[in-house]
Parts: sequence; structure tokens; C-alpha cells
Amino acid sequence: MRFLLGYGSCGIASGANSVLEGLSECFFGTEFTVEKVGCNGLCFAEPIVEVICDDGESVLYGRLNKQSAVKLAESAKTGKLMQENRLSDDELRFLQGQKRIVLSGCGKVDPESLDSYIENGGYKALERALSMGSDKIIEEIKISGLRGRGGAGFPTHIKWQAAKNSQSDEKYIVCNADEGDPGAFMDRAVLEGDPHRVLEGMMISGIAIGAHMGVIYVRAEYPLAVKRLKKAIGELREKGLLGDNILNSGFSFDFNIMMGAGAFVCGEETALLASLSGNRGMPVTKPPFPAQKGFRKQPTNINNVETFANVSWIIENGGEAFASMGTEGSKGTKVFALAGRVKRGGLVEVPMGLTINDIVFGICGGIKDDAKVKAVQMGGPSGGCIPENMLDTVIDYENIARTGAIMGSGGMIVMDEKTCMVDMAKFFMDFTSKESCGKCVPCRIGTTRMLEILERIANGKGEESDIDTLVELGESIKTGALCGLGNSAPNPVLTTIKYFRNEYEAHIKEKCCPAKKCTALIRYSIVKDLCKGCSLCSRKCPVEAISGQIKSPYEIDAEKCVRCGQCIATCRFNAIKIISGEAKE
Amino acid sequence: MAGKINLEIDAVLEKYPEPEESLIAVLQGVQDIYGYISKDAVEYITEKTNIPSSRIMGVASFYAGFRLKPVGKYRIMVCMGTACHVNGSERIGDTVKRQLGIEAGDVTEDGLFSWEEVACLGCCSISPAMMINDTAYGMLTQEKVIEIIDSIKKGEGK
Ligand SMILES: Cc1cc2nc3c(=O)[nH]c(=O)nc-3n(C[C@H](O)[C@H](O)[C@H](O)COP(=O)(O)O)c2cc1C
Ligand code: FES
Repeated sequence: MRFLLGYGSCGIASGANSVLEGLSECFFGTEFTVEKVGCNGLCFAEPIVEVICDDGESVLYGRLNKQSAVKLAESAKTGKLMQENRLSDDELRFLQGQKRIVLSGCGKVDPESLDSYIENGGYKALERALSMGSDKIIEEIKISGLRGRGGAGFPTHIKWQAAKNSQSDEKYIVCNADEGDPGAFMDRAVLEGDPHRVLEGMMISGIAIGAHMGVIYVRAEYPLAVKRLKKAIGELREKGLLGDNILNSGFSFDFNIMMGAGAFVCGEETALLASLSGNRGMPVTKPPFPAQKGFRKQPTNINNVETFANVSWIIENGGEAFASMGTEGSKGTKVFALAGRVKRGGLVEVPMGLTINDIVFGICGGIKDDAKVKAVQMGGPSGGCIPENMLDTVIDYENIARTGAIMGSGGMIVMDEKTCMVDMAKFFMDFTSKESCGKCVPCRIGTTRMLEILERIANGKGEESDIDTLVELGESIKTGALCGLGNSAPNPVLTTIKYFRNEYEAHIKEKCCPAKKCTALIRYSIVKDLCKGCSLCSRKCPVEAISGQIKSPYEIDAEKCVRCGQCIATCRFNAIKIISGEAKE
Repeated sequence: MAGKINLEIDAVLEKYPEPEESLIAVLQGVQDIYGYISKDAVEYITEKTNIPSSRIMGVASFYAGFRLKPVGKYRIMVCMGTACHVNGSERIGDTVKRQLGIEAGDVTEDGLFSWEEVACLGCCSISPAMMINDTAYGMLTQEKVIEIIDSIKKGEGK
């Protein structure tokens, strides 16, 4: 029997270490050991252990803690695995309908062991690529139809061909692991869970364009990913799979890691290159493209983590196999990171061409507390909110773009009726205005002005002309900004206005926040008939805003109240209500 | 003290033969040792490498990851990313602020805690999330935050 413990950041944050302790203590002196693997994507049930029985059957246990881990270990020792904590059939639907290429090793291989990756078929594609040579590799990538997974969906083979065509002895491969969309985490999961898959893809790209050095630019917020990448590179060097004349092929390659320093704009490729050279991460206009003049002013091919993670599969299985999945213009699979108000958040890899509904409801089980879905946000700060009645949109680059959102890196934030769309627009605009590098005026000043208007609306001081001003400003920033950050920054505002104009109008005309979220427009109130005077809320209130006599109804001082929601969470009689838009009521 | 600082920075600089191109890594190395980038450290790097201090400060102030002020022994990073926002991270931030009695970016008087808002910790599926030094915490509630902070205080004998 094998015991695979999910040991990614999410697993560790949910208590994987106590589970490890519990299992290890019980297994001491037995034949059983615990294998640490990356996140298998079932984040909603962390900490997770997958038991693989001798006959190959797999049993998944979730939401473990030390005690239940001990129980699991004891039951394994008796040869009869326990029934408790198994994921239900309904929960296991999460895995059905997925097709895993990028994530195929996550949760299966030991990310800190090169042997484990090789046992699972790793580096076979590299060997094959070495014998194929540059032209055939690029041809295979072309047949596969692979498009960049970093957001824009640019055909990968065109970039590789361009970098190959650039004449120079010194060329570079850069992996964009900056994963800047707050709310997306697939790149982190792949780097933590299967780092060799990314390295192998980069090396194959190196063969294709004639580069000898790969640089990985990874966010500093991902310490575990950095650690595992370093370990993986070290092991490759030890085994002679890096350095000069790899496998006697005449091909030489090596890696370098650079940690980002917390700037969203550095995900943009020209800003990333500036940052790699030790400068402020400010974008420049293209051309020249990185394929002509990139890192150290040499031809450079930049791809995203997930793009590289697809490469070894394509080389092994052929471009045709990849292209047989997906839609006319978008081939293969895509990893989506589900979070927000969704019941089963985690990582989902599906063939392109499913609908958003298929993912949110079919795979992820719908909305938390069975609430009603309001929208799904795709593309993060550069994307938009897709409303409920459009969730049957078939997922591919073009279809998603038609809604006003973008595919982006694959973050899907699910929103329910409690999410205020004005607040979300304000949230993203706050983000982009802070992250704007300040170089061009439309982005620097424009995003700030848009934010000010949104704040005014959320504070109940909006004017009727504000909506039109936002649209006008948004359109001019989109066309006037220098780089992709500014070009796309207005999208979250424009899509929410397009699909949820009524919410903006409620804030402006009725001073009402329908989702009861915007603090300036809501008031907490105790319903006298329901309050039993138990005093619990008044003791919980962090700012002493609730007062009263025991056994008679309490009252909330609206001046003192900070709308933190503690009282609602503690009241056992449902006696506290949020009121908004009193003028109307 | 100054002598020791210089030795430690020397050790960082030694790792990077091209400090100009590796300026970000150099500053990260310095920050790892002291918790922030001090004026003295900037001046010393300039002295050793001839990189103008204006350029060093330009880089240090551009990136949110660099801190120009000291941090607490326990550095709390509250995620304000999209997933965490949808799941109520503002209240988590407010709770931390109330429990510590300091604004984001500041350090408690005893030097034990500092806190800041960050964009996304990659733990979105267990949001709302925060990180204390290198340890992430997920599925937070206001009560859980209070518990976590209290248990650190207790461990420190406060
Ligand atoms: C503001 C901005 C942020 C970006 N952030 C990222 C990112 O975090 N990760 C990424 O891979 N690409 C990001 N991109 C896209 C990159 O510029 C570039 O297109 C991508 O790395 C190319 O790789 P691909 O062809 O494999 O997608 C960003 C672009 C913009 C304009
Ligand atoms: S949004 Fe908070 S961890 Fe990603």
C-alpha cells in the first residue's frame, strides 16, 4: 500500500504536517511510508491522503487531522481501510470529466525527487526532442495548436520560430512564473507539485530555438515553489542532465532562478525583462519583440509555466493527439483555478470547449451554501465578470473574449448574490491603480480617476453621469495605454456596467447596495421581536457598539458599528439584519 | 555593529559577480538578513559596487516586496487577493489591525508583530488566507485569527 500526502502550500496550510505526524508515528517500524506529493487539485478537501492499494485501487481521504490520520494508519495496518473521511462519490465527481496533461504529475510524483519523475515517464520527451531536432519540434508544436497560457493565447510555435530565426550565439528561454492574477494558483501548483515538467518543457524549447540558458522568474510569494525548483535543478545537474553536452547529444543547457519582488506589471513580458536585468519593472513598446531583443539584449523566448508544462506531453504523444481536444481555435486542455463562493474550490484541467457551467456546477458542485450564482470572474484584473445567464458560454479564447472578459491565466472566481459588483469593480481598480507602473499617463491618471468615481459611488455619493464617465474613461484608457496592464485595466468596470448596470444605478439613485456589502450604504439592526436579549452579540462586538439589558432586546449604535459581521455570525436567533437603501424602503 | 553589517552584505555581494544586473537578488539577500533595506545598507552597497544610491532606491521603492522599514519578529501578511476579498478578507485585515493595535505597515512597540496587506498567496482555494513568516493559514474566520495571534503571544510569554 502506498500513502500519498498532499504537501503543497494549500495542504500544509490546512494541516498536512499534523497528518504527516500522525501517519509517521503509527507507521514507525512497519513497511509503510508516507510519500509527500504536490497538490492534486482537490484543495477543498485538504489535507488529503490518497491510498493506493496493492491491487492498484485508489482511495481518497480528505479533511484529515492528526487523530483521523492515526485512525487511518491503524486501519491500514489491519489491512482493512477505514470508511470515515473518504471523499464521497459526489465529491469524487470533481475528478471525472477532467483530462490531465499539465496536472498529470501533481499529486502523483514526488516533486523533490528526479527519480520519481523519471519513473513516471519523465525526460523521455527530452530524449526524443534531442533526436528530432529544432524544425521537427516546432512543427509538432504547430500541429498541436498550442497557444500561450499566460493570458493572451498567442500561438506558441510562431514565437518559437521567430526566436529560432533570430541569429545569435546567445539566446535565452524565460519562464514567466510571476502568476500575478490574484486569485489564480495553477502555476504555483505545477511548480510545487511537478517542477520537472516545467523544466523539461523549457529545455525542449531551448533545443527548438537554440538557447543554452533558461531563466525562471518566479513570484517571491511562492517560497515552496522556489525551494522545489532549486532542488530539481540541483538534482538534474548531479545526474548530468544539465550542463554541457547533455546525454552526449551536443546540446548544452542550464537554469537560473530569479525571484520577483511583488509587482504585478512584471508579468508583462517587457517589464519582466527589465526586472530580470535589475531594473524597475517598466514595460517598453514592442517591437522589438523579445524574440529579437530580449534578456541581455539577445533573442529570448518567453512562455508561461503552463505553456511549458504542455510541451513534453505534445512531444511524446504528438501534436495531433493534442489538437484532437478542444475547439476549432483553442486546442488541448486548460487548467482553471476555482475559488470564491464555489463549493469545491481547487484545480480543474479540462479540454477546451466545455462550458463555464460544466466546470462550476458539473465538476465543482455549484455554490457554497447552495446560494444562487451571480457571476464568474475570469481573467483577474484584466478580465471581466460573466453573468449567470451567460455561463453556458463554451470556453475558448475567442468566446470568452466576446463576453468582455478574457481567458487570462485561468483563474475563475465564483460570485454569489452576496457579492456586490460595484465593490468588485472598485476592488480591481484599486489593484490596477496601485500596480500601474506610472510610466504612461492614461494608465496612471486614468485608473486613479476611475477608482475615485467608483469609491464615490460605493460611498453613496455617486451622480447619475458617473456611469457614462466611467465608460468614456475606460474606453480611452484601453486605447491610450502603453502596455497590456492599462489596455485591460478598465475591463472589470466595463463588464460590470454592461451586465450589472442596475446595481450601479441602485447605488447612485437609491443609495442602496443590493448585495448589502458596501459599508457606507448598510446598517446593522436588531429585530426586536426576534432578539431574546441573551447578550452574546454585545459581548462579541469588538467595538462595544451593542448595548442593552439582559432578557430585553439589544440595540446597535450605528455610529460605533464597524459592520464587521461578528454579531450576525454569533446570533443564534437570526435577530440581526442588514439594511440598505432605507430611502427606498 | 557596522562592521558586522558590512561583512554580511559582503557575503551577499560575493554571490553575484554582476551586482548591477542582479540588483534585485542582492536587495533580497540583504532584506533576508535584516528584514528590511536600511539606508546604511544602501550606502554600503553603493560604496562597494558604484551603483548610484538613487538607482538602488529607485528599484527598492518600485517593488512592493521591498520594505524600507523594519518588520516585526512575526510578519503577518493578510491576503487581499480576489478570492480572499470575495470571502471577506477585509474583516480579517480589520481583525488583525484591532488585535495588534497598529496600522498596516507598522510594527508593534515590543517589536513582535508587524502586518501588511498582500495581493495573493496562491492559497485562494482555502481563502480567506494569511501568512505569518513562511507559514500559511487558510479558511480564516475572525475568531481563528484572534486564536492564532493569541497563541503566538502566549508562546512569547505575553
Ligand atoms: C499586466 C500583465 C500581466 C501579466 N501577467 C502575467 C503572468 O503573471 N504570468 C504570465 O505567464 N503571463 C503574464 N502576462 C502575459 C505575458 O506578457 C506574456 O504574454 C506571457 O508570458 C507569454 O507567455 P505565453 O505565450 O506562454 O502565454 C501578463 C501580461 C500583462 C499585460
Ligand atoms: S486571493 Fe488570497 S490567496 Fe489568492
